[in-house]
Amino acid sequence: MANALAPQKKMTFGEGGLALSLVGLAILSIVIAAKAYTPEYAFHAYLFTAASIAAVFAITNRYFDRPAERPPLVNADGRPNYNMGPVKFATIAAMFWGIAGFAVGLYIALELAFPALNFAQWFNFGRLRPLHTSAVIFAFGGNVLLATSFYVVQRTCRARLAGDLAPWFVVLGYNFFILIAGTGYLLGITQSKEYAEPEWYSDLWLTIVWVTYLLVFLATIWRRTEPHIYVANWFYLAFIVTIAVLHLGNNPAIPVSIFSSKSYIAWSGVQDAMVQWWYGHNAVGFFLTAGFLAIMYYFIPKRADRPVYSYRLSIIHFWALIFLYIWAGPHHLHYTALPDWAQTLGMTFSIMLWMPSWGGMINGIMTLSGAWDKLRTDPVLRMMVVSVAFYGMSTFEGPMMSVKIVNSLSHYTDWTIGHVHSGALGWVAYISFGAVYCLVPWLWNRRLYSLKLVNWHFWISTIGIVLYITSMWVSGILQGLMWRAYTSLGFLEYSFVETVEAMHPFYVIRALGGFLFLCGALIMVFNLWKTVYSEAVAGEAGIQLQPAE
Amino acid sequence: MDPTYQAAAEFAQRWGLVYFVTIFAVVLAYALWPSRQKQFDEAARIPLQED
Repeated sequence: MANALAPQKKMTFGEGGLALSLVGLAILSIVIAAKAYTPEYAFHAYLFTAASIAAVFAITNRYFDRPAERPPLVNADGRPNYNMGPVKFATIAAMFWGIAGFAVGLYIALELAFPALNFAQWFNFGRLRPLHTSAVIFAFGGNVLLATSFYVVQRTCRARLAGDLAPWFVVLGYNFFILIAGTGYLLGITQSKEYAEPEWYSDLWLTIVWVTYLLVFLATIWRRTEPHIYVANWFYLAFIVTIAVLHLGNNPAIPVSIFSSKSYIAWSGVQDAMVQWWYGHNAVGFFLTAGFLAIMYYFIPKRADRPVYSYRLSIIHFWALIFLYIWAGPHHLHYTALPDWAQTLGMTFSIMLWMPSWGGMINGIMTLSGAWDKLRTDPVLRMMVVSVAFYGMSTFEGPMMSVKIVNSLSHYTDWTIGHVHSGALGWVAYISFGAVYCLVPWLWNRRLYSLKLVNWHFWISTIGIVLYITSMWVSGILQGLMWRAYTSLGFLEYSFVETVEAMHPFYVIRALGGFLFLCGALIMVFNLWKTVYSEAVAGEAGIQLQPAE
Repeated sequence: MDPTYQAAAEFAQRWGLVYFVTIFAVVLAYALWPSRQKQFDEAARIPLQED
């Protein structure tokens, strides 16, 4: 008789609608695969078919397994019923793609030092390089941002993540985009826009995923029980909204046919270059900076157990950063066909950016005031604080390099690569590692397996980063000086190949740095693996942090 | 110089400057207003409140 009182189980509009749409996508993909101009494109169409069918099965299975009622928003004890499944998935995906991306990075570093490693078209530098950049930025960094944003927005709004299937659609759909993009690079599918290489159909898919992400995030903020929207959520929101705008602005393209992977971009000439670097630099500003600053504003106070140093500074930091960053793109096009005034504007805004960048750095580091001793005992906190120090260093170096006279030496040289990696390895990866070291014990309700191994990770990776950036400074400045050296008769002193030869030792040192960084990340994966497979901590203690004293 | 370009550039430069300076002044006033001290002190502790 009890069953008669229970509500009848019905498929929700979301479940039915999504399953039907995916059936439609599967059928469309089969047709496209059958008529595709190239086998590579047909392969991608089959991937879409397989993924859609798998998703329909998953939705149906989930429907049969779930109880009739939707999960409650609030638990019986009055605490919000947080939805951490998608967060766990994105955390694991981040570490998987991280290792893949670092390994590919090491391989292409070795290819530059030893060109014989370019032995087949699929593994040529030209194809592996976008695989490396996309794997570390969008796959590793992107999954870290998905995981932390879904975690932080729930905890700081004290509300369950909005949507039933939507959060899963975001994390799985995003990782499917990564799969399409990555296999596309290896097979030679690219629209040749740096950091935006995926072709039109991947871009359309990402648009759907990203708009869903924005809606899930906004709806979660909408149902918050904490009246104030915490500053980390502002940074995440700026990241999500701006990436949507950048993606749409940079990628309008007309495909040759629906049966072809090839498309032509709407922009042309110098306008295309300007749009590309408006996109490219703001991918740095809003993906690699705003999103990770959100991580800083949640995880550093949490780990240090100290409030944000100055909440007022965080508000000014936020608005100043987003107003200034959007104008800095032209500094990628110094001494090109771009009008001089636009180059100078990009340079000026880049220099002004130094102020909010350092405002944020000071705010992050000073959050430790009163807890400095924790740097000695807690390597996770040390990793995050060092990341903020690297952020300060690379945001000083960047504006300096955007000054036209400095850029005339540094542009197109390895100095740029060194600068990017001091930001990417030192800032983005370290704050991500710190956040994941915090997240895994919280999510799985475990004690971190070994702080000693975190210490090893920290030092091995730090030596790797130092080797990387110092070798690229020397190599870049050497390269720049050799390019501009003239003989007394006014001829160029060095041929191009002589400059390449001179850089060889630094390329070997760089590869060694990358190898050490990869070793550190592998130690981390081992540590997290042991953490997840250890015994659960009873009660609330597991959610609390483990001090090392 | 094309008159439409000239007009658009002058409009954007003059009013863009006014617009951005005004918004930034509003942000500064919001962030630094003395009576918000308590509200911001509480906001700074949001990550530390367990539920």
